Amino acid sequence: MANNTAQLQEKSHPMEDLLRMDRMPHIWCSGCGLGSAVTAFVEGLKKAGVSYDKTAIVSGIGCTGRVAGYLRLDSYHTTHGRAIPFATGLKLANRDLTVVVFSGDGDLFAIGGNHLIHAARRNVDINVICVNNFIYGMTGGQNAPTTPLGAYSSTAPFGNYEMPFNLVGLAAASGASYVARWTTMHARRLTDSIATAANKKGFCFIEIVSPCPTVFARKNKGGTGLDMLKEFQTRAIIDHDADPTTIPLNMDNEIVCGEFVNDDRPTFWENVQAGIKARLEKFANWEEMQSNSRKISHKKDRKYTSSRDSSIMRRNT
Amino acid sequence: MFKKSRLIGEYFMQGDIACAEGALAAGCRFFGGYPITPASEIAERMAMRLPLLRGVFIQYEDEIASIAGILGASWAGAKSMTATSGPGISLMTENIGLGMMMEAPCVVVNVQRGSPSTGLPTSWGQSDMMQARWGSHGDYGSISLVPNSPQEFFDLTITAFNFSEKYRLPVFIMADALVGHMTEKVVIPPVEELEIIDRKYTNKKPEDYLPYDYGKNLIPDFAKAGDGYRYHTTGLTHDKRGYPNMTFECQNELVPRLVNKIKNHVDDISLTEEYDIEGADVIVISYGITSRTILPAITMAKKKGIKIGYLRLKTVWPFPEEKIRKLSKKVAGFVVPEMNLGQISLEVERCAHNDSIVKLVPHPGGGIHKFEDVLHAIEEVAYGK
Repeated sequence: MANNTAQLQEKSHPMEDLLRMDRMPHIWCSGCGLGSAVTAFVEGLKKAGVSYDKTAIVSGIGCTGRVAGYLRLDSYHTTHGRAIPFATGLKLANRDLTVVVFSGDGDLFAIGGNHLIHAARRNVDINVICVNNFIYGMTGGQNAPTTPLGAYSSTAPFGNYEMPFNLVGLAAASGASYVARWTTMHARRLTDSIATAANKKGFCFIEIVSPCPTVFARKNKGGTGLDMLKEFQTRAIIDHDADPTTIPLNMDNEIVCGEFVNDDRPTFWENVQAGIKARLEKFANWEEMQSNSRKISHKKDRKYTSSRDSSIMRRNT
Repeated sequence: MFKKSRLIGEYFMQGDIACAEGALAAGCRFFGGYPITPASEIAERMAMRLPLLRGVFIQYEDEIASIAGILGASWAGAKSMTATSGPGISLMTENIGLGMMMEAPCVVVNVQRGSPSTGLPTSWGQSDMMQARWGSHGDYGSISLVPNSPQEFFDLTITAFNFSEKYRLPVFIMADALVGHMTEKVVIPPVEELEIIDRKYTNKKPEDYLPYDYGKNLIPDFAKAGDGYRYHTTGLTHDKRGYPNMTFECQNELVPRLVNKIKNHVDDISLTEEYDIEGADVIVISYGITSRTILPAITMAKKKGIKIGYLRLKTVWPFPEEKIRKLSKKVAGFVVPEMNLGQISLEVERCAHNDSIVKLVPHPGGGIHKFEDVLHAIEEVAYGK
């Protein structure tokens, strides 16, 4: 009996092998969706069967930026907005790794927006998980690029004047290989999506619509975290065939969820390899042609190409 | 030919290209960059050479992504580099601070142009010297090497990689457009004659490893991503486990260490070249291309019978404080010609204190010093005018 209790205490948390238990409790507010998002991520990784030793997680700054610090993986907490280029470098320099960027909507779409669209365009083989809570939580509820028109925030005391980004639309339009949107209500489907993305090559983007009771709900009369989840439940519909560019999120419209894009197109590295191969084959023929033509052509030229490194000379002039 | 990682022999080579070749010789296999005059040739050379050496070349969307990318690559174990000019460095500074805090080895080449702002894109200057030291917010030790010829651009690129691997930080190479675009003889020695230092990986098991635990030399051992160490790295103030710890105690242990790990090794890092220092009345201190353009003034001063010495800094940061302090007690004064309106001369003034005169010969960039100006300054110091 005593033995059993000891065992229970020893393995007290079902996700202990992937969480840094010595860092608990975490800093997130009660009712926040990040706990569900992290749980879905951990379960998704388990389901995908990827090696934890070969999985790296990169975060930017913000509430979601703290995710990297709580996961027992190779984890990198970088500067604001720069998680994606950091992850790109990490992935390209060690292509055995599964690299996941886990960050918030402000980090990935405001300060880091340029990096996101370019990484999607390149189709770098990384997964980007964006927790969208419609607001800047860590700094105290300022306007985000996702804050719905008319919603209140600390920097929009008269209601937000700006049109928000449609994250899935932007990712799909930029060329992502996999695009999905779920809310933290859709725990099982979100887990499946994360597992799919973990084993899929190319740029994968998953938006997780998440409640922020502390600042977003407080300023917009959204109630508690649970109230927000209930609201998500009533507003969410699943439509895999929806065109991701036509499903923006407002204050009270339908939250269209689903896997909108699941394509196979060559990744950045595959294109690099193919490009070099094609060029080298061409170059080999070209060299052959050059040496043949040199035999017949004027001796005058030879004087200039006789340097032991003529190609360098040519590049320098 | 391009499949060779080192081109051994004598070449007539542009400075920027010599830099790229130096990086490849040092083992650089990741380049992330963004085009900018006058540093684009480095990226172009890397784009051609790296893929054939199984390395990675990527042209990022901006300089911010470039520096973030090479930090990521550094964490994957690659020797990584980016090259840019003043405006690019200004964009990079935040993530250079991240590199200092995370202690990620990498090399940042700044081929300086006339500044500030867009300044003189195709012309040269040396006005980013203080930025290299203090550019990113906060206290940290930094290393900057300044070449004065394509040959030295090659050599110092290798040295920069060695220092970055050894001391675990982003190292600057502060070239300028004149050195970068100059074409001269460059000799690439055989492999065995080059000293290449690789980073020190930990030999501890993952369960015993503390990523920011350090020994006497204040430098933590490295463990790369994918090796099963599964540790955390952050730009926040962190403890030896790499975990964020926002306390005074932790800050007081971490930040002084970042400064001291360089300060304590000044003798190893500081590279200088000196001529006729012993018994000199006046010492000319210069660095980079200025050290070559002012040589006529030194020759003239010698002809006039002035006891003149010449100190050239290959390493500008960390500044050789002790050396200047000792010299300042022996000489009448220093003359510091530089292609800015007074940056390194401030350091010399600080070290010379009140022991000797320090005379700046400023130049805003875009040209070279008139040797008469330098000669005039030397005479002023020598004759105590």
